[in-house]
Amino acid sequence: MKSITQLEKEFQARIDRDEKIEPKDWMPEAYRKTLIRQISQHAHSEVVGMLPEGNWITRAPSLRRKVALLAKIQDEGGHGLYLYSATETLGISRDELVEQLHAGRAKYSSIFNYPALTWADMGSIGYLVDGAAIVNQVALTRTSYGPYARAMVRICKEESFHQRQGYEILLTLCRGTEAQKQMAQESLNRWWWPALMMFGPHDKDSPHTAQSMKWKIKRKTNDELRQYFVDMTVPQAKVLGLTIPDPDLKWNEERGHYDFGEINWDEFWKVVKGHGRCNKERLDTRRKVSEEGAWVRDAAVAYAEKKAA
Amino acid sequence: MSKQWPLWEVFIRTKNGLEHRHAGSVHAADGEMALENARDVYTRRMEGVSIWVVPSKEITASNPEHSGEFFEPAKDKIYRHPTFYNLPEEVKHM
Repeated sequence: MKSITQLEKEFQARIDRDEKIEPKDWMPEAYRKTLIRQISQHAHSEVVGMLPEGNWITRAPSLRRKVALLAKIQDEGGHGLYLYSATETLGISRDELVEQLHAGRAKYSSIFNYPALTWADMGSIGYLVDGAAIVNQVALTRTSYGPYARAMVRICKEESFHQRQGYEILLTLCRGTEAQKQMAQESLNRWWWPALMMFGPHDKDSPHTAQSMKWKIKRKTNDELRQYFVDMTVPQAKVLGLTIPDPDLKWNEERGHYDFGEINWDEFWKVVKGHGRCNKERLDTRRKVSEEGAWVRDAAVAYAEKKAA
Repeated sequence: MSKQWPLWEVFIRTKNGLEHRHAGSVHAADGEMALENARDVYTRRMEGVSIWVVPSKEITASNPEHSGEFFEPAKDKIYRHPTFYNLPEEVKHM
């Protein structure tokens, strides 16, 4: 038998050689735990992320917008399932994962604790929230855990339409009446900062970053990804003719990047800790759906057992 | 708490002429439901022409910790590869 130290050394050597880790391979317990936490948070985010948009399906302004929104939300359900499936390869059951979410012990992206107040928010969510998610997810296609990386590849292929449909919604509003353009601007004002918060705390305040980078679970740090997102997004907002609500935002010739203002971290931590505007409503909805659907799940099992008997 | 639906592994043939490949897994009460769930989860954009679902618990898998000795028999048989055999330069198409 090899000692744990020896196994850990060999494991790190495999990671350093850019080998992928697969479900039955030996891995340090902390690697397994970190992955379960990160991938399940990601799965929960997809599932809870269906709620702010689900709220607008019946009020979509045209059939074209409605089918697109429905397809996007269905994708998010699918993405949640890919990710739950990847998490289950680490030896935790779906029921446990869902139970952690419902009990409030698991986190999901705080962005979904903000309300979607107007139709323009469907545009901003696609453009900014999915845009930020894509930046994060493209980096994760190279993550060291095989099933997670494969789920990310699949998700990235599908997400690009999400962002484009959001941008198109905003573009249409911006080319519309003055009131419509204003609706788009107000929506961007509401979503800009929460979108930047999606990348998490500064690297210096992110306790897991160093280890996750060493294990290549994360391939880029929070601040790197956030900068990339800002650089990509600012010119796109100019095409819309919208103003990004940050007086400190300006191109820095020397760095070759945009400088931008400081995030309101008090707000960030408040929402993470459960005191955002919709935290309670989102979890209540998830629990209600699960409880009310229990009889359907039970009936399906009873039917399968009866057929097999 | 209700009983968890069993786990099924999903294999998809993307088009005729290609093999089925592992895509992921789904939960379902029975095989028929597993097929429908796999269709909805893994082929929303026409990614498949055929799906297999297999109960995950029915799969017997090799153990990576024993990969060394398990695959050892093939390791030293370099004579199974064409480059083991020396041929003069002028011999073509072989």
